[in-house]
Amino acid sequence: MKIHIPTPLRAYTSGQATVSVPGATVGQALEQLVGAYPDLRQNLYTGEGKLRSFVNIYLNDDDIRYLPAKEATATAESDELTIIPSIAGGCQRAVIPICN
Amino acid sequence: MLKLTYADYQALRAHSEDTYPHECCGVLLGNATPEGNHVRRTVRAGNTRSDRAHDRYNIAPEELIRIQREARGLGLDIVGFYHSHPDCPAQWSKTDFDEAHWVGCSYIITRVDKAKATVTNSFLLTGTGEEDKQFIDEPIEIEV
Repeated sequence: MKIHIPTPLRAYTSGQATVSVPGATVGQALEQLVGAYPDLRQNLYTGEGKLRSFVNIYLNDDDIRYLPAKEATATAESDELTIIPSIAGGCQRAVIPICN
Repeated sequence: MLKLTYADYQALRAHSEDTYPHECCGVLLGNATPEGNHVRRTVRAGNTRSDRAHDRYNIAPEELIRIQREARGLGLDIVGFYHSHPDCPAQWSKTDFDEAHWVGCSYIITRVDKAKATVTNSFLLTGTGEEDKQFIDEPIEIEV
């Protein structure tokens, strides 16, 4: 199956935007990916082996966090995984002290 | 150096005025070159932070994926993002930094005062990951 790599992580996939890996489940496909490109692991997972909170993984159009089987979800050769880091932020407003 | 056309520059600033007093957000599509990110197209995105849109923004991952698919079809990549700071400096905030994860991408911020875009700055997220990332000031070259 194909895994789409976001621009910030292509430094760890030899510049490839898409990587093809075998895998019967989402988890197996991701393991194949980090097995082939070990430097990706610390960018995708915490030291405890959990997906980093800002890393979103989509199986086709579905966030795997909301799939019943999550990373154990079965995959087909025609499926596509997309790794997409979150994008958010916002301005810092000055805090006005309140005097008693 | 971030390169973008005057039309794209105007488009992202107009977006910041349209959403005032809320933050706007969008995606910069283009190509990474040895000289820096070269923007070929800007895409407006929705701000999902309706709970406090005056000082927060978030782009839904589903929308990002859709934009990325369209970019792929055009031979472009996501090379950055833009958002606005209503009545706040055009400088990255702690929240911006904490939530920045696209190393190598440009983050454009436009200050908006009373619905009028004023200062626009760009910051390049550098480093290798969360542990050593940092924003550096990035000059903007506008192609006329």
